[in-house]
Amino acid sequence: MLLLTCPYCGVAAEETELHGGGEAHLKRFGPGSSDDDFSEYLFHRENPRGVHFERWRHVNGCGKWFHAARCTNTLEVFGTYSAQTTEPPNDLLDTIRAKRPGFSWRNLA
Amino acid sequence: MSDVQLALGGASFQGLAKIEELPGQGMVTLRADLDDKAVVAAVKDVFDVDMPGLRGTSLDGANGALWMSPDEALLLCSYDEAQAKADALADKLSGAHALVVNVSDARSVFKLTGGLLREVLAKLAPVDMAPGAFEPGQVRRTRLAQVAAAFWMDDAYSARVVCFRSVADYMFGILSNAADENAQVRYF
Ligand SMILES: [Zn+2]
Repeated sequence: MLLLTCPYCGVAAEETELHGGGEAHLKRFGPGSSDDDFSEYLFHRENPRGVHFERWRHVNGCGKWFHAARCTNTLEVFGTYSAQTTEPPNDLLDTIRAKRPGFSWRNLA
Repeated sequence: MSDVQLALGGASFQGLAKIEELPGQGMVTLRADLDDKAVVAAVKDVFDVDMPGLRGTSLDGANGALWMSPDEALLLCSYDEAQAKADALADKLSGAHALVVNVSDARSVFKLTGGLLREVLAKLAPVDMAPGAFEPGQVRRTRLAQVAAAFWMDDAYSARVVCFRSVADYMFGILSNAADENAQVRYF
């Protein structure tokens, strides 16, 4: 059972209150972008065994979108954070570096 | 004023807890920044209650305010006053980034009464209903079985559950089932 603490209402919500929103921090490439950027945006996703950053929505709850960092291998949750950001907060990255030395995810390490 | 048309005509069930469909609960949804002093003051003016904090309730007689999210509150009042209060609040907030809607007829409200109401809710919602973990003064938006709902305890022996009117029949069914006299768990 996955428990994620919603940063907006503070509830430690279990999976059935939540809806997964896929990979976090995607940058949208739309009309006018190069074919490579567009196909990268549209089709390419991280699929790590280990540290992953995702979007989740507290759908059966306060309704807010938020971000979560967790380990896909162990289901350990490193933390959740605001949706209003384009990258994970530094203190969370430090926590993950300490727990998973050498981890890498896209351009983060 | 025309008669209130309840979804289930005021259904009730007596089991581990008493389940009653409440006649005409006035409910006004407010979407706005709940930390905005102008919003807090307008709610105080019209509903005469303080804005509750995170997942809090602020109840005073028929009036009340429930914290739904950082930018949403459900305001309670008598059914007959709901539209006038919604209009008055919308008027006061006309200059703010805010939305006010009377949702009294779009929701159904069930009252649960009895010492075992924690058990009834715990069977249906993924919420820790242990005394101390959930108490009067708190509101929880969640799901009850398969439908979205919000509930709060008015005191140790009574709680109210709000859901969409369209699922009132389902809600009454699952609440009654969870309150079946032969289904006591005695966990709390
Ligand atoms: Zn939430």
